[in-house]
Amino acid sequence: MQDHEVIREFIAESFENLSRLDQELVELEKRPKDGALLANIFRTIHTIKGTCGFLGFSTLEAITHQAETLLSQLRDGQREMTQSLASLILETVDATRKVLASIEASGEEGSDRYEELMERLRKAAEMKDEPVLSSGLADSGALRAAPQGSADSRSAAGRNTEDEAARPSAAAEASIRVGVGLLDNLMCLVGELVLTRNQILQYNNDREDPALNAAAQRLNLITSELQEGVMKTRMQPIKMVWNKLPRVVRDMAVALGKQILLEMDGADTELDRTIIEAIKDPLIHLVRNACDHGIEPPEVRVRAGKPPQGRITLRAYHEGGQVNIEINDDGSGIDVARIKQKAIEKGVLRYDQAELLSEREALSLIFQPGLSTAQTVTNISGRGVGMDVVKSHIERIGGSVDVSSRLGQGTVIRLKIPLTLAIIPGLVVGLNERRSAPRQGDGSGMSFVIPQVNLVELVRLEGAQIGAHTERIGNISVYRLRGNLLPLVNLRETLGIPPMEPQSGVLNIVVVQAEGRQFGLVVDSIFDTQEIVVKPLGKQLKGLSVYAGATIMGNGQVALILDVVGIAQRSKILAESRRQTRRQIEQHTVRSKKEQQKLLLFRAGSLERLAVPLALVSRLEEFPRQSIEHAGGREVVQYRNCILPLVSMHEVVEGCVSYGGQPADPLQVVVFNDGNRSVGLVVDEILDIVDEEVTSQHKSSCKGLLCSAVVGKHVVDFLDLGQVIRAADSHWFQRANGADRCKRVLVAEGSSFARTLIRSGLEMGGYNVLEAADLQEALRRLEQEQVNVVAASLDLPPSGGSALVEAMQRRPEWKSIPVLALADAADRSRVRESGTGGFRDCQAKFDREAMLESLARLTSALASAEAAPLGAGKD
Amino acid sequence: MASLAENEKTKPIQTGGYFATFFVADLFFGVDVLRVQEVLRFQQMTRVPLAPEVIEGLINLRGQIVTAIDMRRRLHMPPRSGDEAPMNMVIRTEDGAVSLLVDEIGEVLEVDATVHEQPPENLDSATRELIRGVYKMKDRLLLELDIDRAVELGTGRV
Repeated sequence: MQDHEVIREFIAESFENLSRLDQELVELEKRPKDGALLANIFRTIHTIKGTCGFLGFSTLEAITHQAETLLSQLRDGQREMTQSLASLILETVDATRKVLASIEASGEEGSDRYEELMERLRKAAEMKDEPVLSSGLADSGALRAAPQGSADSRSAAGRNTEDEAARPSAAAEASIRVGVGLLDNLMCLVGELVLTRNQILQYNNDREDPALNAAAQRLNLITSELQEGVMKTRMQPIKMVWNKLPRVVRDMAVALGKQILLEMDGADTELDRTIIEAIKDPLIHLVRNACDHGIEPPEVRVRAGKPPQGRITLRAYHEGGQVNIEINDDGSGIDVARIKQKAIEKGVLRYDQAELLSEREALSLIFQPGLSTAQTVTNISGRGVGMDVVKSHIERIGGSVDVSSRLGQGTVIRLKIPLTLAIIPGLVVGLNERRSAPRQGDGSGMSFVIPQVNLVELVRLEGAQIGAHTERIGNISVYRLRGNLLPLVNLRETLGIPPMEPQSGVLNIVVVQAEGRQFGLVVDSIFDTQEIVVKPLGKQLKGLSVYAGATIMGNGQVALILDVVGIAQRSKILAESRRQTRRQIEQHTVRSKKEQQKLLLFRAGSLERLAVPLALVSRLEEFPRQSIEHAGGREVVQYRNCILPLVSMHEVVEGCVSYGGQPADPLQVVVFNDGNRSVGLVVDEILDIVDEEVTSQHKSSCKGLLCSAVVGKHVVDFLDLGQVIRAADSHWFQRANGADRCKRVLVAEGSSFARTLIRSGLEMGGYNVLEAADLQEALRRLEQEQVNVVAASLDLPPSGGSALVEAMQRRPEWKSIPVLALADAADRSRVRESGTGGFRDCQAKFDREAMLESLARLTSALASAEAAPLGAGKD
Repeated sequence: MASLAENEKTKPIQTGGYFATFFVADLFFGVDVLRVQEVLRFQQMTRVPLAPEVIEGLINLRGQIVTAIDMRRRLHMPPRSGDEAPMNMVIRTEDGAVSLLVDEIGEVLEVDATVHEQPPENLDSATRELIRGVYKMKDRLLLELDIDRAVELGTGRV
């Protein structure tokens, strides 16, 4: 029946018109006096009404008739445009849409006669000068009871930076309607042409035929242009999706009692039709989220010093072969602490893992299903089912989502999506196969394609480099890429292909990224980058998450396109569970960080390379020779309102002589201080500040030096700062020792290097330090000497510092000695979380200040208790 | 386990008509000739690692990527001997073309509706699942293959 054609046309046109009506009505609300706009709207409704009547759709006719009445009243100046009137008309538009959908699906109008709506429309038409009461039972779902009599409150509206939608476009005559099916067909054919072109180019490369060459080049050129042209026909400006949004924002603003301004920038940015379909829902959800959770109510905003009207900005632009879409709001931002809290509550993370998250990682938690920090669940959002779906939708089409936020200031969500799904650039990689495999034809190997969007970089390791840069942690291999540990996934293993004899000492790693994390894919060969046509796999193979599709190579062979996310997931299943792997990597990183120290390197006298921990250095200064004065038999300078005693190396280190020749001017001085007292060490040259691993320490028998060690590539002597200070002020320690007998501390620490540093730090603080390397030695020390306080490392050999505490608790004479736990940064939270386990306090090993403070606190209690005479002692 | 009754609800059984026939081991099968797109010799195939066993690989059919299902494995039969290359029978399905790898291609036969029967009891269950009906021919039985079920692998029946 020809009727079907007519009805289909009618439906298509009407949907378009209704879409435009949404925008125009919202505009009209903002500019109620715009006569041209009003006329447009009236015309549109009138047209729909007319055609409905003609086609016999009585419900539609009735609804649109009522709306038309209201609009004609507006047009004739018999009434004013108000928020509630706009809402009512928009409701009518929605109802119309619903009926149209019903007609489209079943050919019938559906059973709903919309009597309630009609009643309200009729009433509205009668009461021209009173605002219209809408009962709030709107079908559109987003409207709740609209406040009445709020005619003067500026309702939120969307503002489109392009106004062409309001005017009938003159360009309409230069365009025609084409069925989408036809365009898809064309696209398919072009895809085939691209593949055939690839084949011809390949044959051409293998031959020396000038005629073929010329023709192949022409073909190449024409195909590329045709491809571009056809792709353009499928491109639609993003405003196709965006033009729904002003209405969405407006409705939400009304429903939530907020004021929201929507700005759209780059609405002409074009995307492939398939992509537009895919991002429609995620975009709407993100905008609704911004309205609901982002923008605060006007009172809250004013109190925060912001304008009462919130602003949501949409921005779209092309960049690097992708389309970037930003949703920007100036609302309350995302509370990272709250998210972490929710994640811990829901069992997604453990407490200590939450501590270790960077801000970026914490923000990406919002994409976990079930996590919503919304205080109240509205029927719009808040159930926590939205963001994870958004992310998976976007990632399914090869895009990515990124969130950044500033608490109190706003949030930006960035989508990056490929321009088109169908033809993508990809890297061809290969796995070698035994030549005897019959199925593979020429037996040269299997080819796979990795989409370029997943590609980060390529690494090739040969021979000795392999061992040097890769290691095994647990049962996964990792590669050290510029300081970061990259887990390696063997493609052959992941795909279950039987292993071949090991290759020629070459390791090819393709660094890819998936879900924001990177890993290295190990393959046998890396070929080239090609433009490939993505063909979906049949439903029998769709369930395989490691493949994203297939394509036909230039040589006619079928190659599978790898889904990097799928491979990441699968290999994690094969190796270890995901968290375990990560933890192992983290532990390894932490472990290696432990031995890294920030050091100040300098040269003094005959000692070429001296080091002190940077943390202990106060300042580096230069003093002109003439500022040196003498006091108390010592060289000093005036420094920051104090007198700074100067110490030279030969006073500190035995056997260190200064070279003859002109003394340096100005003097290079390294200033150390402890509380109020400072001392300046004169050096010849400051060499460097390094952050290096310290390996192989060798205790020094030379007075003034703690030990020698390998730092980076050189052997370095570590200066004993205690000596420096003693040289400057022999009173310093004596005073401490004599007057205050409460300052004997036992340092129990496994690592000799850490022990040495801690010792020098504590001695500078005036403590008398005893050392112990393990539990046995610590107990021995306690037996032999009087100790006022113990500083014990949490990982004291053999079984931890708590073993020492327990042992001390068991002896009455040791029970009252306070014990300070020394921990690495990573462990601290663990201790805090589980209570202090007998320790009075816990501090970081290399935080000298905090350690001294803590010890002071712990011993002051003792000092007041002790009835020892003060002030006595050698002086 | 869908029974024939359920099958009857979803599809009207066409009895009789023209059948394209093929052999798998010593079983003689037929499918509605209108569903056969073409018949080819064995093609160079790309293996799909991790795919279900019955999937032999992917073929490039003039630019179309077609999944090939090995019917021996699909019917739980012993593998064919090493030097016999299977033939491709490319079938149209609603999801696109699928190729069935069979031992030998037979002729197109016109089959009479009157000789249609229910599958015999002595067929093993794997095979019976995929049969829509049996036709008694002059010297052998023709089993009508249920194509849609044959290519449907997702329900763990592989």
